[in-house]
Amino acid sequence: MSNEINENIKEEHDLILSSHETIDGDLATLNLGPTHPATHGIFENILTIDGEKILDAVQTVGYIHRAFEKLAERRPYNQITTLTDRLNYCSSPINNIGWCMTMEKLIGCKVPKRVDYMRVIIMELARINDHLICNSVIGVDTGALTGFTYLFQQREAIYELFEEVCGARLTTNMCRIGGFERDFSETFNKKLDKFLIEFPKIFNEFDSLLSRNRIFMDRTIGSGPISAERALEYSFSGPNLRAAGVDYDVRVMNPYCSYEDFDFIVPVGSNGDTYDRFQVRQEEIRQSLSIIKQALAKMPEGPFHADVPEFYLPSKQDVYEKMEALIYHFKIVMGETPVPVGEIYNAVEGGNGELGFYLISDGGRTPYRLQFRRPCFIYYQAYPEMIKGQTISDAVLTLSSMNVIAGELDA
Amino acid sequence: MASNLTNEEVYGKLKDTFGDKIGELTAPFDLLTIEVPSNDAHAIIEWLKKDEQLQVSYLTLLGAVHYPEDNGREIAVVYHLHSLVNNFRIRLKAFISLATPVIPSITNLYAGANWMERETFDFYGVLFEGHPNLTRILNEDSMDYFPMRKEFQLEDATRDDKDDRFFGRE
Repeated sequence: MSNEINENIKEEHDLILSSHETIDGDLATLNLGPTHPATHGIFENILTIDGEKILDAVQTVGYIHRAFEKLAERRPYNQITTLTDRLNYCSSPINNIGWCMTMEKLIGCKVPKRVDYMRVIIMELARINDHLICNSVIGVDTGALTGFTYLFQQREAIYELFEEVCGARLTTNMCRIGGFERDFSETFNKKLDKFLIEFPKIFNEFDSLLSRNRIFMDRTIGSGPISAERALEYSFSGPNLRAAGVDYDVRVMNPYCSYEDFDFIVPVGSNGDTYDRFQVRQEEIRQSLSIIKQALAKMPEGPFHADVPEFYLPSKQDVYEKMEALIYHFKIVMGETPVPVGEIYNAVEGGNGELGFYLISDGGRTPYRLQFRRPCFIYYQAYPEMIKGQTISDAVLTLSSMNVIAGELDA
Repeated sequence: MASNLTNEEVYGKLKDTFGDKIGELTAPFDLLTIEVPSNDAHAIIEWLKKDEQLQVSYLTLLGAVHYPEDNGREIAVVYHLHSLVNNFRIRLKAFISLATPVIPSITNLYAGANWMERETFDFYGVLFEGHPNLTRILNEDSMDYFPMRKEFQLEDATRDDKDDRFFGRE
């Protein structure tokens, strides 16, 4: 930390001292992070505390900045999917699919209905996983480790499902421009059926441990609140915005991927505190389960990818046997496919809110400019305002309930 | 959910209020995109936010694009705004020169613009006038250049294993 910032903090200390009535007339500085068990990622908060009351917080982010937007300017379009994996790595399939849909919109590719439904299933599984991590960690931070361990196996089941579709578990690189790399296998369907039967039981058990638990409620109600107006001022999105009482959900507002075919509700809270954020995520998990069931029941027959040979890799068998397939294979791998000139903003509802892709293509082999709208980065700046006047233990809870994922925060 | 407003309607209202300051109507992928002068960007965004019918009061994204060939207007500051009430999106672009990359900050309108402007400063060197704390955010404090500008090539320019001639791209 540079001296200048320390100077600033000192000045701020003096300012706060002169304007507040303090408990013992002395302020302390506490470093919450960068590597603190409470941050669940690498970012720093320098808290100014009076006793245990937080008077101010200064954030430092960027510890795992990997220059994705710069990297993207040198990468052919189908190689950018792996960058999106590493944004919000708790729900990477949503990022992958969001990016592929942006490209499909740019090149004017219409995907078959079956692909939409398959994507919905994958995205909702990813959302469940994302919310499970967040909610079980809220439990851990209140001292209830049990729920976290109960849900571990179910998260494992979701990772196994991802593995079945794409071979990877965390950074999935699952989607392709035009559809999927392969169809859902028999094993996938079996495992998904098993998950749909087993998960609700364990989830309900987890819910019963915390939702109406007196200690948990006392710890979370009123901790880290934000009003709907301030949340909108700060450009909140996703569960954090909905917990404050604004029913903005990209899936409903600008339906993509056939979300209009499914019947689900958008849960909202009223106080925007940790308890509301927890409850909104709990309800969203139930809604996601219902969406998956609907998608399975209505799953149309048909191909698992669109017919876009310029962007969709041909089967290996064809590459060896057919001239055309070989040419397409070469062009895709080397990034030689012509892409239309255009400017596009496409958003999906990620685990943490509106995940947007602002893409400018000049017709070259790589994007001219690609900017990610990373919901974490945008809403995390409200954190000092939310914890002012609270205690340190509340600050820890607020942080985990905001679900700040370092990968998405720092790009 | 369809939008309550059409691009033409919003463009007409903007044109009526700000006249010549509003650039041409373009709508790539049906998203209203308007070029505005950098000095008026703040006033236009404020008007959009306060207008009772439009209520464009949600800042989706703020960033910049570098066009090194475009003399005198090398940097485009791009605002994506959203009217949640009307479900209407709009994109505003303000061009500024690399010599004086100054534009008024909108942090007094949107608290969320704070970090987005800091990030844009960090990567493009855009100076947001009136920003409360315009310092680097993701990069190291001692960095003395703006890495997202196009003159900074990502790969070693001397590499010859990616010679354009071998890929039919001369």
